[in-house]
Formats: sequence, C-alpha cells, structure tokens
Amino acid sequence: MLLIACPYCGNRPETEFRCGGQAHIARPADPGALSDAQWAEYLFIRDNPRGIHAERWNHVHGCGRWFNARRDTVSDRFLATYKMGETPQSQESNSILSTSTQAEARA
Amino acid sequence: MAQPFRLSRGGRIDRSRPVRFTFNGRTVEGFHGDSVASALLANGIHLVGRSFKYHRPRGILSHGPDEPSALLSVDRGPGRIDPNNRASVVEARDGLKTLSQNHWPSLEHDIGAVNDLLSPVFVAGFYYKTFMWPRKFWDKVYEPFIRAAAGLGKAPSVPDPDRYANRHAHCDVLVVGAGPAGLSAALAAARTGKRVILADEGPEPGGALLHDVTAEIDGRPAAEWLSATLAELDSRETVILLPRTTAFGYYNHNHVALAERITDHLPNPGTAPRERLWQVRAEQVVLAGGSHERPLVFADNDRPGILLAESVRVFINRYGVAPGRRIVFATSGASAYAAALDAKAAGLHVTLVDLRTESECGPELARLKATGAEVLTGHTVIGAKGTKRVTGLIVAPVDRAGRCGARRLLPCDCVGMSGGWTPAVHLFSQSRGKLAYDETIDAFRPGTSVQAERSAGASRGTYDLAGCLQEGFAAGAAAARSEERRNFTASPTLTGFRPVRAMPTDVDPGKVRAFVDFQNDVTAKDITLAVREGFHSIEHVKRYTTTGMATDQGKTSNMNALGIVAGQLDKTLPGVGTTTFRPPYTPVTFGALVGPARHALFDPIRTTPIHEWAEEHGALFENVALWRRAWYFPKSGEDLHEAVARECEAVRKGVGIFDASTLGKIEVVGPDAAEFMNRIYINPWLKLDVGRCRYGLMLKEDGYILDDGVVARIAPDCFHVTTTTGGAPRVLAHMEDYLQTEWPDLRVFLTSTTEQWAVIALQGPKAREVIAPLVDGIDLSPEAFPHMAMRQGTICGVPTRLFRVSFTGELGFEINVPSDHARAVWEAVWKAGQAHGITPYGTETMHVLRAEKGYIIIGQETDGTVTPDDVGLSGMIAKAKKDFVGKRSLARPDVVASGRKQLVGLVTDDPKVVLDEGAQIVDDPGQPIPMRMLGHVTSSYWSPNCGRSIAMALVADGRARQGRSLHVTTPEGFARVTVVDPVFFDPKGERIHA
Amino acid sequence: MRRFSLSSLLSESLNGHRGWGRQWRDPQPKPAYDVVIVGGGGHGLATAYYLATVHGITNVAVLEKGWIGGGNTGRNTTIIRSNYLYDESAALYEHALKLWEGLSQELNYNVMFSQRGVLMLAHNLHDVQSFKRHVYANRLNGIDNEWLTKEECKEFCPPIDISGSLRYPVLGGALQRRAGTARHDAVAWGYARGADARGVDIIQNCEVKGIRRDASGAAIGVETTRGYIGAKRIGVVAAGHTSTVMAMADVRMPLESYPLQALVSEPVKPVFPCVVMSNAVHAYISQSDKGELVIGAGTDQYTSYSQQGGLHITTHTLDAICEVFPQFTRMRMLRSWGGIVDVTPDRSPIIGKTPVENLFVNCGWGTGGFKATPGSGHVFAHTLAKGEPHPINAPFTLDRFRTGRLIDEAAAAAVAH
Repeated sequence: MLLIACPYCGNRPETEFRCGGQAHIARPADPGALSDAQWAEYLFIRDNPRGIHAERWNHVHGCGRWFNARRDTVSDRFLATYKMGETPQSQESNSILSTSTQAEARA
Repeated sequence: MAQPFRLSRGGRIDRSRPVRFTFNGRTVEGFHGDSVASALLANGIHLVGRSFKYHRPRGILSHGPDEPSALLSVDRGPGRIDPNNRASVVEARDGLKTLSQNHWPSLEHDIGAVNDLLSPVFVAGFYYKTFMWPRKFWDKVYEPFIRAAAGLGKAPSVPDPDRYANRHAHCDVLVVGAGPAGLSAALAAARTGKRVILADEGPEPGGALLHDVTAEIDGRPAAEWLSATLAELDSRETVILLPRTTAFGYYNHNHVALAERITDHLPNPGTAPRERLWQVRAEQVVLAGGSHERPLVFADNDRPGILLAESVRVFINRYGVAPGRRIVFATSGASAYAAALDAKAAGLHVTLVDLRTESECGPELARLKATGAEVLTGHTVIGAKGTKRVTGLIVAPVDRAGRCGARRLLPCDCVGMSGGWTPAVHLFSQSRGKLAYDETIDAFRPGTSVQAERSAGASRGTYDLAGCLQEGFAAGAAAARSEERRNFTASPTLTGFRPVRAMPTDVDPGKVRAFVDFQNDVTAKDITLAVREGFHSIEHVKRYTTTGMATDQGKTSNMNALGIVAGQLDKTLPGVGTTTFRPPYTPVTFGALVGPARHALFDPIRTTPIHEWAEEHGALFENVALWRRAWYFPKSGEDLHEAVARECEAVRKGVGIFDASTLGKIEVVGPDAAEFMNRIYINPWLKLDVGRCRYGLMLKEDGYILDDGVVARIAPDCFHVTTTTGGAPRVLAHMEDYLQTEWPDLRVFLTSTTEQWAVIALQGPKAREVIAPLVDGIDLSPEAFPHMAMRQGTICGVPTRLFRVSFTGELGFEINVPSDHARAVWEAVWKAGQAHGITPYGTETMHVLRAEKGYIIIGQETDGTVTPDDVGLSGMIAKAKKDFVGKRSLARPDVVASGRKQLVGLVTDDPKVVLDEGAQIVDDPGQPIPMRMLGHVTSSYWSPNCGRSIAMALVADGRARQGRSLHVTTPEGFARVTVVDPVFFDPKGERIHA
Repeated sequence: MRRFSLSSLLSESLNGHRGWGRQWRDPQPKPAYDVVIVGGGGHGLATAYYLATVHGITNVAVLEKGWIGGGNTGRNTTIIRSNYLYDESAALYEHALKLWEGLSQELNYNVMFSQRGVLMLAHNLHDVQSFKRHVYANRLNGIDNEWLTKEECKEFCPPIDISGSLRYPVLGGALQRRAGTARHDAVAWGYARGADARGVDIIQNCEVKGIRRDASGAAIGVETTRGYIGAKRIGVVAAGHTSTVMAMADVRMPLESYPLQALVSEPVKPVFPCVVMSNAVHAYISQSDKGELVIGAGTDQYTSYSQQGGLHITTHTLDAICEVFPQFTRMRMLRSWGGIVDVTPDRSPIIGKTPVENLFVNCGWGTGGFKATPGSGHVFAHTLAKGEPHPINAPFTLDRFRTGRLIDEAAAAAVAH
C-alpha cells in the first residue's frame, strides 16, 4: 500500500485516495472543433511510461482535493506531489529517495 | 517409558509442567516449552509424514520455520482443525491432536508408496509427456487420479469458530528478528527514545542465543546479556516486543505486514483472537531474520532421522532432547562441529564426516578431536541406510576431483547434515532490494537498498556473534538517526564452509535419488533432466521440476537447486539468477488477513431512518449498492408476486408510501452553479425557475449515460440534485473532478446531502389528501403547486423541501425532511393515510410502476454503452449548448450510425408470459446458430394495472420496428412479441397532473 | 521433435531419461526473418506456432526479453471460458476454447486442459439479470452456459455457502461446463516446442530496444540487445510492455499497465471441484492439480511495472473468499505475486494493424488473456501471414476508439442501482 503525501494533509495511506490516471491532459476548449481522431486521442490515448509518470490523485476519503503527482512506475516511488496548477519540484536526480526522506522534503 | 530420548538435564523446557498431546492417536508426553517436533523426538518418533509425490517416509528435518517434511494436521478442538502445520513451530500443549498426512491406510503402511517404485517413470515433468491418450481420459481418469494423489493435508470442512484481529501501527524503527543482531538493533534504537517494534517469529526472543549455550558476550554468559537486554527493552514504553509474530511481507513505502499468533499455544484460548495481522508503516526497518542451513544432497538424504546439523544442536540444547544416541554429522563446513561438540557434551556418540580436507578446516577440527570423537575429513557421503529411520551412513574418502575411495558404513540412528548457510534475504528481496552474490559465503546477500531498510547479522551474511551484535547495534542506531556505535566482545563462532552441490558419489549420478526439495520430491537428477531438456532459466527449472514451490518456498532447497543448475550449465550462481522472493515469508492464515471483515463487516450496510419501521412492518430487503432497501411488504401468506400486485394496485387506486431516502443528494451551490450544471448535464439549466424541478441526464465524456435524477432549483445559486441510489458517490466524484481540475474558475461548492435528507415518497391519487392536513406554508392546490415543482415549508412542524414529482405516473410528492425527523414524519403520514388505505411499497413495486410508464432505470435500461438517443431521450439535449460533458462523443461515427439498439416496449402474444430480464431477441427463431441477436429485454414484469405482462427492451433500430413481431428467448424456447411504445399505462400522462 | 508417447516415456524410464533432448533450441538470431514476434509469452509463441503450421511460414523468430512464458502466461490463475456477452468477444473466446479442447493432442504436450466448469455467482438481482442475459446470448451463439439456482450451485460446488448470512447472499449462478483451467507454463512450453520443431527460432534473453523504419515509415526490423534483426513483418505481443515497444515506432496506444495480483494456498487434498468467479464480491478461485487453492485478486488502481501490488488488494480478495467459503479461513496463503496487465479503455484486446506499415500488434488482454491464448495466436498468425485480419479479430481494431465501436463487456455488466 502506497504512502501518499497529500499536498493539503500530508502523508496518508493509499486507501484514502483514488488514482485518476495520467495528469496534465487538459480538456479541449472546443471539443466540437476536434476531428474524431483528435477526440479519441484526448479520451483514450495514454503515455503509460515505464518510468516517471505524471498522474492525478484525489484524496477522496480525506480532504476531497485533487492533486498531481510524479511517480516512478518501476519502483512506485513518488518524486513529488503538488497542487493542481502548480509545477512539480524536480527531484528526479535523487536516485534513492526513501519514503521518509521524501516526507522530510515535503515538510 | 515416557520420553526415552529426553536428556537428563538442559534445555529451556519447564520440566515441572508436563504436557500431553496425541500423534496419530498415540499419547505423546512433553514439557512446557517443547515444540511438537521436540516432543515427538523426545519420544523417539521420527517418522511423521509421507512425501508429496513418492509417499516416501519422512521425518523432522529442521527445528524452525523452514521445515519442509514434518507437516501435521493439528486439531485444537471442534472446528479448529487445519492441515500442513510444521511440527517444528507448533508449540506442544495439552489437548492437541496431531495427525500425519498424505498416506493410506496408515503412516507406517502407505499404499501410495508404490509411487516410489515407479519413480523411474515419475520424473520431473513426466505428466507433460503423457496422459494425453485417449483425449477424454484426462478429465475423467487421469486428472482425478493425479488430484487425489496430490495435495497434502485435508482442508477444513466446517466454519472456523476462531476470530481474527487487525491492527495498524506506525513506528520509527521496526526490527524483524530478535536474535543477537535484532536485539542489539532494538536496544540501540530504543535508547534514542524512538518508537520501536521488535517482532520475532518464535515464542521466545533470543534466536540462536537460545541454543548457543556456551556463548559469551562481553565476558558474561550470553544468557545473561539476553535477559538484561530483554529487561531493558521491556522497561521502555516506546518499545513493543512481539513474540510469535512473523514479518511476512515487505510492501511499498515501508509497509510491512506481521502475523501475530495469539492463542494457538494456549490450552484455553478464551475470547482472544486467534491471530492478529499487524500492518506497520515504519520510518525505518532493520532486517535481522537470520539464516537457513542447507541440507547436503546425497542418496536417500530424506530418511527420517536425518536432520540439519544445527537443528540437532537446537533439539539438544534448547529442548533437552537427543534426536538419536549415535549421531553422525556430515558437513562441508565448521558450524556442524559446534553441534557435534554439544552432542558430545550431552553424552551422545558422535562421528563427524567432513567433505573438507584437514587443511581446509579451522580450529573446530582440533576442538572436536580433543573430545575423542571420530572425525573423517576429506570424506563424502554416498548414501543413507534405512527406510523409516536412518540406520547408517555410507561414507567414502574423496579427492578434489571427486574420485571416491573405499566405502565405509557408519551405523547411526541420527544424522546431522550441514551444507553451509543461506542468509534469509526474503524480506530484503521483497522490498525490491537488489541481491548481490558473495562468493566468500557462497550466497546472495543484501546489495542495494531501495526502501528505508538495512540488514544486520546472519541475514546479511555475518555469522559470528560479535559481528552480529555490532552490526545490529549499528543498524539500530542508524535507523534511529543516532551516531552511537558499540563494540561487543563475544566467544568466537565456528564459521566457514566449502560450497557443495550434490555430494560426490561413486555410483552413476543418473541413478541416485538425492533430494533437493524434500516436500515436492525433487531430486538432483530431476534438475539435471530439466536442464538437459532446455530449461535453463532458474524460473523454468523451478516451474518444470517444482523445486522451491513447496510450503517452505525453497528455504531448504533453492541454493542447492541453483548450484546444481549452475554446475550443469557451467555458469556462476548469479549467472543463473535467483527466483523472486514473494510474500509471505512463511504461510499466513487467511483468517488473519481477513480479520473481522465478514458478513455485516464485509461491506458497510447502509440503512435509512425508515429501515426499522420497514422491518417492523414485515418488509423483505434487497441489497442495492451498500444500502438495504425494502423490497416488498408481504402480508401473511403472500409471495413476491401477490404482494407486488397488491402494492401496485394500491398506488394507482389510492395511495402508497415509499422510502426513497437512498437516493443520492448533492447540493450544488455558488454564483456559477447554473453554469456548472449546464456543463455537467445534457439539459439546459440557466433558465430553470426557482421552485421548479427538471429531470436531468448526465454523460461520461465517452457519451454514454452516467446517471439521472430530478433536480430542483432552490435559489438562483442553489440546486438540489438527486442521483440514483448506487450512483451517488460516482456522480459526486465526477462533478468534483470537473470542478477542481477542468473548471477551477467556477465558483461552485458541492456537498453530499444524501444522509441529511430523508425522502418519503407518497404516490397515488389520494396523496394530496393525505398530506394536506400535515403541511404548513405550502399551497398544495394543483394550480399553485404543479407537477415538477418544489416548495419549502413545514410538515408536522418539520422543515421540508416538498417535491411534486412522480416516478409512478401518479400524482405524487417526495417529502424531503431532515433525517432525524424522518421516522416521526413517516409515522404521521402513515397515520394520516390510514383513512385512505395507505399502503407501504418497496423497490419491486417501484420498478413495476415506473415500467408501466416507460421510465428508465440507470443500470437496467442502460449499461454503460447506451446514449441518450438509444433510450429515446435525445430530446432532452439542450441544442443551444456548445458543449457539455460527453457531447463531442455523441458525434462519433459509430454513435450516429444506424443500427444502434433503441429502447422499445414489448408485449408478448400470450399476455400471461412474463419474459426473463436479459432474454435475447431475434427476428427469426428458425435461423441456424450462431443467431443474429437484435437486442435484449431490459425490464419485464407482470403489470397488475395493465392486466398483462409488459417488457422494455433495447432492440437494433427498435423504433422503426414498432408494430413488428419479434421472438424472445425463454427457458423453453422462444416467445413471440410485438414491438410497441414503451409507455404501457396512461400514455397521455394525465394522471400525473391530477 | 521427439514425440512424447507412453512408449517413449517408458523406454526413457529404463534409460535414466538420458535420451530426452532439448524441448526447443537456443539459436543465435539470424540477420533477418519473414516474421519477427516481439514477446515470448503464450500469445507470441502460439502465433509463431500457427504461422508455421497453418500458414507454412517458418522463417520466424520469437524474441523474448527474459525467459519464455515468464510474464502473464506464468502468473495468471489459468481460467478458461468463452461465455462472453457480445458476438465479437464470444466468437474470439469460443474460437480459443475449441482449440483448447484439442490442444494437448495438437501439440503432443499435455497442457492439462481441464473442463471442470466455471461457475459465476450472482449476489444481487442485477447480477441475476446480467447473467441471464449472458446465458441467453451464449446459447444463441452456440456457447454452453446455463443458469443454476443457488441449490444447484451448492450441488455443483459444495464448498459454497448459500445461507442468507452472507453480506451479499448467493442467489444463483451461471455455469459453463466446457470451461475450466490449464497448466499455464505448459502452454508456453508446448507451443515453443511445436514451433521450434518446425523451424521457428525462439530467442530468449533478447530485448527489443528499437524498431527500425525505412524512408516511407514502414517497419523493417528491430534493434535488440543481440543486434539488429531484419523483418518483413513485425508482430508485437508484449502485454504490459506493449506501450513501451510501440513507442519505439512512435505509435501511442490506448493502454494502461496495472499490477494484477494472485495468490495460492498451501496444497490440500481435493476440496474444490470447479472454478468459481464472483464478480460482485471480487473472488476468483479454483484448485490446481497440485492441490493449491488458486485465487485471483484485483488490479491496483495505479499503473505500475513493478509486478508487485498492495496488501490491501490481497486482503480484500481473501475477505470475499472467506465470505463465500467460510471454512477456508484456517487455510494459509503460501505465495502471492503480481503481473502487469495492459488494459484498453473498453477492456477488450487490440489485434491487428497499426498506423505503421508491416507493424502489427496484439495487446490489451487485460486481466483475461490466458484463456484466449490459442485463439489469439491463431488469428494473429492469420493477420501476420495475410496482412489483413481474420474475420474473428476484424472487430478488434485500434480504430474502434476513434469510431466509438467499442466492445465493452465490463460496461455491459454495469453495477446495480
């Protein structure tokens, strides 16, 4: 079970959260102007990387807020969590980041 | 004579507290502190089981959790019987009944042992090569035979009377293993004041110190250090010491799972839970789980009486039991000498056979020789004598090239073998740490860490006592962020061994049955065969031969198997790789993992404020999402159909009362509330007047219907949204998602009010008359309060949002009142309705009444692939809206294509035939299979008000088929139906406006 | 290929089994092949086998990053059934089931296909309706599936608790008697042995690092850890790693890869005669020939390539198992593990062409790919051989996500209200 640092509440167990899939896919301003292929791309195509992945999380059984995270899909280690609209601090260079040091980085 | 093999002194058993249990019906005596294994050995019982495949007689190999052979069914009282218990870890206590497994008719005389004679055929993977002819025989003959032969003990057959507990915990430092390294780590961490949890799988902390009786620490007997350390840990409130607790799983982000066994060792468990699952989130973890000894691989090394050397030592020193009187130790390393020395000290006859030459040996050789014991260095073990008990060991001198000299038979009644040691890196590997092969200890040890953990002691390949203590202390201190280090002095530990795979032998290795995996009956030649057949990855070897897949999960077999494969392929061990270590470290009871999550605690049960009233009035209930809803209210003698028919008629002719409190409710509030609604729903909302209601439909972005419900505008900036019962959480989540992530600029707040408002639906021509005397502040006249209006006032003095809405097609009200007052209001309405024949009805009647009107139910008429147009609701789409969630998807090619399934009504030719919901619809029932299916029946009921059956269906191009005949599947065949409009009752909709 | 037979087995028994050779070769990669298959799981190996046997195309290489059958083929709970609702899925899985029925004989390798029946339990009125919909649809598609009352369920599978004390009591079930299980590893090995015997090169420890394309954009070969290998056609059958491989050809996929967990109990004597699936409470259970209860758990909620998931997924599954089978609480979990499953938006596979010429893909099997192995390989071999899909896989295009012609079995089993 992951330990997730909600930007509003701090570290909480994964069971309080719902994952919302890939982050930073903005809903098109004018969907009607998109071709079927472009609309399908928005709806269905996902990066699914083996490595660093930006994804959305909702602290559904906590504060209820949506936020973004960067996580390594190979190690499941979180590199950052950040509020909607913020840009993540780049922590990719830290090769080994334990959950605790991650928590300290956030504090 | 009781306990003939009990030594006259020594051991940690309490000789003043005898215990009695049975083994295969025979009474076995032991002492408090015995394991079942030690008590059996004290009574000279070695034969305790039969092996998986060949049904070979098997004994006790080990003293610990790695035991692969001595698996017993244990009966702890009625309903408390379970199989495959390792005799080495079950604590002996009064009243236990233990039984050996996997034999018929008896342990001593097992017909299945014929398999052992057929072993030349039953080699690794033989079943892939046979049992194929004739084809039908696999299911009917071969597989039932194989299945009956396989498996070990018998599964429990009755529900478990025990209960299980769960606990979540956080700590600064979790220490796994309370041997010298773990204790030292816990001590160092505890002294910093940090919160420490120390878990050990044994009943008593101490690890190897419990049997290393001559060891000294800092100049004092190790036992003194042990009690002082335990006393200090015990005195600290920040330390939790958990005996009988196995750390079995290391998951993401330092989430470690422990299984604590609480009552199995108690004669009277009382009301305590049997086991407790601890889920620990640790800041730092110290892994000090020790190491496992390797068996030697030689012919018939599986005979009862052949134990691991260290286990012989444990039985002698910790339990005061002699596993035999005449013991031969066979080894390729130093540690067995310690066992031999202790056996000798216990007065037993000892011979030691060492594969190593004299020059390879250390000081252990001289020490043992000094006791007068015979030591044969440079000797290999050719094989064992005896069947149900070892009677002798055949040994021979061997040179480094593997050439054997003259055989010699060493008569014995016990063998202690040691092929070296393997660090228990299981949890480290589970934490995804990278293992590193260390040639000096011929083993994998923890390499690069991935999580916040560190290993210490034997689990890191450090075998000497002082090193374990020092390393443990340093690890504990570092985990607690302390710089403190300590030096320990301790008596030297005999370490070092020559790696050996299969023992050299003077016979054809292709004919030798030398066991690698004892439980699964995998021999060295099985592994050789697998390699010959091209299975070179260790994972392939494991899967082809089943080595390492037994209940010990390879603790005793993996390194030997790996070594044999490496030898065959002329590769290094890391070149072959290791199989992945997976949770659990040792088997974990399902019950512990489940905890109390059964029946009512399996999932929360949600009930409404009216639930108890419904119970009192005889309602039967159905599960709808997490809710219990009143299904129907049978009067005595009525079945479902009779009750529903009565309820349906009562609503249409008089008045019915229905608990609609489970409907989801969301308050949408804020200056941009109407704009938000406009974007979420397909309908227009900007111009809806305050005090008016609208039926709303919302889509997912893929264009398919997500949910529906009536919405009232309470104020210009406030909407009272209702959702389906099951849809409430996902609708709120859907709304929040768009609000927070796509439209954060909108000033809107969403609040779930599902449990704040109870909803009493009053439906039927007399509904107004019933509530009129109870309502204040609302003009109920049809002119002032038309259909689809909402008024606020009071009912029985309680504030209400009174909706004039109907899901039945009748005049109806939905009385929203605060939940705390709901029962009082319900009872008042009930009382007022008595004069009008008020009838309570449940969800089944609700379903029938709405179907008579052709109203859809989300999840019944829709299934996640249905668009508004499919169910005839495209007229609700606000044409002027440029965008709403899901709009663009409605223009995709396949969604606008013809041939989509559309909602229609069906009436059967025979009005008495009620179609099955889910029945399929075809044009021509005579067509060959596979038939072309046009759609399916979504709802189907007997309609008392129509006097016939009615059905709704999704049918390809259904609207164009009105009036046409189709055929619907029935259990017997097909029923002919006519496609009609899905409104069966009051098609003009006049009653609703009454 | 040395045929397996009773006489060959017996004669080897007398000979210490020295005569058995390799079940498949360990060849060096050739510079080029007619077809290169990326991924040595069951689906990839089956594809190679049918290319050789049905289409006579034997100049084929199967490239496997690790060891064959090491992905989801060797990690699943081996459930085989074909009682799918939609015509498209029913045709695909029934095609597979028919091939399963003769597979041991076809391959001369006992894959232990055991038609012990798959019973799907209904726990609410919505389940009942949904299962009857399946039963009726299956019947008209020529697929066996029958509705059982709860008493009949109990008779077919005695361990089931049909009392009313369950949180979600059992109301009945849908039984496909021809459904069952098979020995997963043997499927990979059997196909490998059969393909190898016909000339297919099975190349393990060979990771694809790139897809080479010519000036027109067409795929012409793969870069691997063992060098460049040319190919007239490339079939990607890489399950959870498909997105990564396809990205090498700049093709983005509608896929997400999730951890899927499973576990087994300690082995016990026969106690569980069939497969039971309970979607409502999330429990999937059968008993292996070895005696272990084999239990499928759910996916974790986040994408991951770690082959490891959270304990709460496992415990949730065991909650359900012990709810329906209360006598199993004293059983013990022996081993748990995870696989990586590639899931499409409609949870149906993609089998066919891609926007890149000569590059084909077979992916998106999600949590249920094992059952389709023979059928998947058979139709994908056709697709690779002809350059066009077989009628059975024609609906399973990548393009359906543009047109909206989705095949969404899971949505069709929508939850109750």
